[in-house]
Amino acid sequence: MAAQIRTVVTNTFLTLFVSVAVVLILYYVFNGQGERVSVGWFLSTTSPYMWACLGIGLSVSLSVVGAALGIHTTGTSIVGGGVKAPRIKTKNLISVIFCEAVAIYGLITAIVLSGQLDQFQMSVVLNNQALQNSNWLSGYLIFGAGLAVGLVNLFCGIAVGIIGSGAALSDAANAALFVKILIVEIFGSAIGLFGLIVGIYMTSKSKMGDKE
Amino acid sequence: MNSAGFMFNIDNGYLEGLCRGFKCGILKQADYLNLVQCETLEDLKLHLQGTDYGSFLANEPSPLSVSVIDDKLREKLVIEFQHMRNHAVEPLSNFLDFITYGYMIDNIILLITGTLHQRPISELIPKCHPLGSFEQMEAIHVASTPAELYNAVLVDTPLAPFFVDCISEQDLDEMNIEIIRNTLYKAYLEAFYNFCKKMGGATADVMCEILAFEADRRAIIITINSFGTELSKDDRAKLYPNCGRMYPDGLAALARADDYEQVKTVAEYYAEYAALFDGSGNNPGDKTLEDKFFEHEVKLNVFAFLQQFHFGVFYAYLKLKEQECRNIVWIAECVAQKHRAKIDNYIPIF
Repeated sequence: MAAQIRTVVTNTFLTLFVSVAVVLILYYVFNGQGERVSVGWFLSTTSPYMWACLGIGLSVSLSVVGAALGIHTTGTSIVGGGVKAPRIKTKNLISVIFCEAVAIYGLITAIVLSGQLDQFQMSVVLNNQALQNSNWLSGYLIFGAGLAVGLVNLFCGIAVGIIGSGAALSDAANAALFVKILIVEIFGSAIGLFGLIVGIYMTSKSKMGDKE
Repeated sequence: MNSAGFMFNIDNGYLEGLCRGFKCGILKQADYLNLVQCETLEDLKLHLQGTDYGSFLANEPSPLSVSVIDDKLREKLVIEFQHMRNHAVEPLSNFLDFITYGYMIDNIILLITGTLHQRPISELIPKCHPLGSFEQMEAIHVASTPAELYNAVLVDTPLAPFFVDCISEQDLDEMNIEIIRNTLYKAYLEAFYNFCKKMGGATADVMCEILAFEADRRAIIITINSFGTELSKDDRAKLYPNCGRMYPDGLAALARADDYEQVKTVAEYYAEYAALFDGSGNNPGDKTLEDKFFEHEVKLNVFAFLQQFHFGVFYAYLKLKEQECRNIVWIAECVAQKHRAKIDNYIPIF
């Protein structure tokens, strides 16, 4: 039943997206604005604000999705394993904290990226090629950094969650295994940090605003 | 789809953890060493209290009998299994239901055999395995031919699709009942095998191996038991489940076999079965082929626990626990009858 609900939701969103896109494209084509259905036109006319805000949003939201999947994976196993071995419940909160850290990486990146976001007068920028370049670059940089951090943390969260689930079950079976699996988990958790570093380094060149 | 850990855990993570928790309660070698030292059943009860079984025999009046211990062991297992079944969602609930169909087949055969021997149905019902009980069970005595059995009783049960092959049998006598049992079981095993295969991922890896062994074991045992009976070779070949490793060449060779030695020659082509035949014998001190098969089954079931995020653990747990019940009952019988020479013939699990 649950699987069916998931399929229905996915299908609904996909159909909705495809139909809206088709309607928009047809609208443009039939109104003599067919050139708007073009990637180059889209990239050069969208505002850097949109790219920057999408990046910030993606970095925190994908990270939270990763952390949530990880905590869910770990949590169900802790709950299940904890029925017959209640001693695992406090120790294995560490696994949950590792997953939580993934969300925090996304949050930190989002805060750093928000700091790069700056207001500018569109009329000033459009008349100055150098300013336009730096603003457009910043928009794409923040988007790229946000996407990188978000995806890295999404998969990091899943990885840590699966290891955490294994850690909980093996701890329930044999308490001596917990520390050993914890080391694996720490390495899994470290890959999330790589995304954070790359994301912050990427935006070090970004500069928004209408002052030279 | 279900092979990805995080997707699997959404629906089944809790139950897998629970099942693995139950599995940790399975008796270890050290527990068995304690149990075989017992002088009386009261000692046995005392030792079992120290294990995961706890005080499951506490309310039983002494003197204890082996059948009471057997009933209580089974009751505990059934409660655990049904707890998991009640919490399961699709597709795990389907999988767990599939496991119970095997017990339903056993129950139907038990009831038919019982009514054939003029036993009252009320006496037979308590002997049925609780995992395989179903509503229409008590109506089974009205049937005198397989077609009636199908129309009156089985048509509404999940076993109906398995039974289609048996309707043509003429009447219910001892021989036909055995044939019906084996045909049903063949259809059941093949359906279960395909179900697991369709699940894919680790579930398919683990379960297909266990079920393939189960199918081959049945084929070999049917062949060995059919020597000296009036079952023709063609009829025998129809009873072999077609999902084992021996399908199709090995089964064709088995169908031609005339005695135990020829069966053994067929098994030699399969490394793991050859080892089972080599280690078995009927001399005192040797293990029987049946015990060897049980040992191999236990090994496969223990392997199921080496992977995470699959359904095989539920099946493996049930089978291991059943083996443990057989072990405890065997030890209890030996203790009760003061027949200690063979007390070590149990099959240790961990």
